[in-house]
Amino acid sequence: MKILVCISNVPDTTSKINFTEGDTKFDTSGIQFVINPNDEFGLTRAMWFKEKQGATVHVASVGEASTEPTIRKALAIGADEAIRVDATPTDGFFVARQLADIVKKGEYDLVIAGRESIDYNGGMVPGIMAALLDMNFVNTCINLEVDGNNATAIREIDGGKEKVSTSLPLIIGGQKGLVEESDLRIPNMRGIMMARQKKLNVVDPVDATAATEEVRFEKPAPKGEVKLVDADNVGELVELLHNEAKVI
Amino acid sequence: MSILVYTESEQGKFKKHALEAASYAYAVAQQLGTTVTAISFNNEENDVLGTYGVSKVLQVSDDNLKTFNAKAYAQAVSQAASKEDARVIVLSSSTDSKYMAGLLAGMLKASYAPNVVAAPESTDPLVVKRTAFSNKGFALTKLEADTSIIGVSNNAFGLKENPTDATVEAFTPELKDGAFGVKSVEVDKVVGKATIADAEIVVSAGRGMKGPENWGMIEELADVLGAATACSKPVSDLGWRPHGEHVGQTGKPVASNLYIAIGISGAIQHLAGVSASKTKVVINNDPEAPFFKAADYGIVGDAFEVVPKLIEKLKEFKAQNA
Ligand SMILES: Cc1cc2nc3c(=O)[nH]c(=O)nc-3n(C[C@H](O)[C@H](O)[C@H](O)COP(=O)(O)OP(=O)(O)OC[C@H]3O[C@@H](n4cnc5c(N)ncnc54)[C@H](O)[C@@H]3O)c2cc1C
Repeated sequence: MKILVCISNVPDTTSKINFTEGDTKFDTSGIQFVINPNDEFGLTRAMWFKEKQGATVHVASVGEASTEPTIRKALAIGADEAIRVDATPTDGFFVARQLADIVKKGEYDLVIAGRESIDYNGGMVPGIMAALLDMNFVNTCINLEVDGNNATAIREIDGGKEKVSTSLPLIIGGQKGLVEESDLRIPNMRGIMMARQKKLNVVDPVDATAATEEVRFEKPAPKGEVKLVDADNVGELVELLHNEAKVI
Repeated sequence: MSILVYTESEQGKFKKHALEAASYAYAVAQQLGTTVTAISFNNEENDVLGTYGVSKVLQVSDDNLKTFNAKAYAQAVSQAASKEDARVIVLSSSTDSKYMAGLLAGMLKASYAPNVVAAPESTDPLVVKRTAFSNKGFALTKLEADTSIIGVSNNAFGLKENPTDATVEAFTPELKDGAFGVKSVEVDKVVGKATIADAEIVVSAGRGMKGPENWGMIEELADVLGAATACSKPVSDLGWRPHGEHVGQTGKPVASNLYIAIGISGAIQHLAGVSASKTKVVINNDPEAPFFKAADYGIVGDAFEVVPKLIEKLKEFKAQNA
C-alpha cells in the first residue's frame, strides 16, 4: 500500500495572531511553525500502517523553502520520502490541485489529509482532491482500518459516530481519534539523523489558479471586563443570565 | 439565476442551521435582486422553508438517499445548481455540510468560504467575512470563481423570518457510478439530547473536576439547562469523557449562545475553539485562571460547592418561569 500524507505548515497552537501590511497579510514574525495537528494524527496512523502492514509512506506539502523544517520533522517521525511543491499555498483550491497532481502521478492507494488546517480553517483540500480525482472520501475520520482493497472507517458526526465501508483508492480528512494523543511521536535523535538522508523532492507547481483571495483580515473586538459574582450569591448569576445576557 | 440553499434535515425535520442557511440565502438574494431555491432530501415540511424566504423547493425523494451520503448528495446539489443556474450556493457549518462542501467545490470548480459570519460585504466582487485562525481572527474573503459556495457559521447570522409562498417541485438527480463508494454501515448517535453543534447552551468541564466520577453534577446542570455537555482536551485524552465531547482548536468548535466552563483554565487552544459563543461563564477556584480574561461572567470558587448551588438556583428559576 502506498500512502501519501498531506502536511500543512501552520503556526503553533499557542501563537498570538497578528496582521501586517495594512491588515492584508498574516504576520509571521516570531511565529513557530509546526505540522498541522490534524495532519500529525494522520501521519502517526500512517506509521502504524507502515509498521504493521508494510505500507510505504510519503508526505507532501505545498509551500516555500521555509516549510522544509516541518517536512523534515515528518521524515524524522518516520515517513520514507517527501515532496514539496515549490509554491505559495494561495488557497485551498490551488493546494488541492497541486496535491491531486502528485496523487495521480504517484499512484497512491491511500491519501491522508487533515480535516482542516488550523490557520485558514478552509477544510476543503481533501474534498476538492477527492472530487478532482474521483476517489472515495471520508471526512472527520477518527478510525481507519485497511484490509487488502477494502477499508472500514469511523467518522465523527454531530452527536455521534458513523461507521462506513469503502475501498481504495481512498482519501480521508483525519483528526484526533485516528490515533490517541499518547500515540504521537516526538522525533528522536536517530530519526532526525535519518531524516537528513531521506529524499525531499522539490517539484514545480502545475498550472492552477486560486478560487479565493483573502483581501483583508480583522482581529476580534477586545473583550470587556468579566463581571464577577460572589460564590455565596450564585442566584445573582442566574439573574444576570436571564435579565442581562438573556440567554436563559 | 437564483441562490441555491442546501437545507439539511434529520428524521424528516429541517435542522435549525438549515433554516439559518435559508435566512442567509434570502439576504444574499435580496442583495442580488433574485430569489432563493432550496434543495431538500426526503422532507415534506416545505412550508417551513417558505417562512425563511425560500420561493422554490426542489424536493428529492429517494430511499437511497435516506441516510446522508456526501458524494451522492454533492452530485444532487451540483445538478440542482446547474438546473437553477445558481451562482451562489449556501449551506450550514454542520459536519455533514462541511463534508459535502469540499466535494461540491471540486465538482463545480467553485470558490468556497466556510465559517462565514455575516451577509456579504459586497456582491461585486463577492466578499464575505469568515472566521480564521481558529477564531483568533477574521478574514474578508473574495470569491472569484463563476460559482461560489458559502458555508454559514452556526448561530452567527441567526434565524430571520421572511414569509414567502414556496412552490414545490419534485427533483430527481442522476446519480453517477461511484456515488455510493462510501457506504454507511452503522450510525451510533444519541437521540433526544442536545449536541454540541446544535445546542443553544453548552456546559463544559475540565481537569478541575478531578475525575470522571464527578461528572454527575455536570450532567445534571446540563439537564436543567437543556444543554449539551463538553470537555477540555486533557479530559478526553485521560478517557474521563468520550472524544466527541472534546472542544477547542483541535476538537469541536462551539458557537452556542451560552458556554459555561467549569474547572477549565482557559488555555489559548481551548479558548480559540469556544470563543465564538456569545456569552461565556467561568467557574474556577483560581482567580488568575486565564479564562476570566475571556469570559463575560465569572465565579471564583470551588466547583464542587458552586455547581450544586447553581443547579438549585436554576431549578428555582425554572419553576418560577415555567
Ligand atoms: C497542539 C495542542 C492542541 C490543543 N488543543 C486543545 C483543544 O482543542 N482543546 C482544549 O481544551 N485544550 C487543547 N490543548 C490543551 C491546552 O493547552 C490545555 O492543556 C487544556 O485546555 C487544559 O485543560 P483544563 O483547563 O481542563 O486543565 P488545566 O489547565 O489543568 O486546568 C484545570 C483548571 O481547573 C481549576 N480547578 C481545579 N480544581 C478546581 C475546583 N475544585 N473548582 C474549580 N476549579 C478548579 C484550576 O484552577 C485550573 O484552572 C491543546 C494543546 C496543544 C499543545
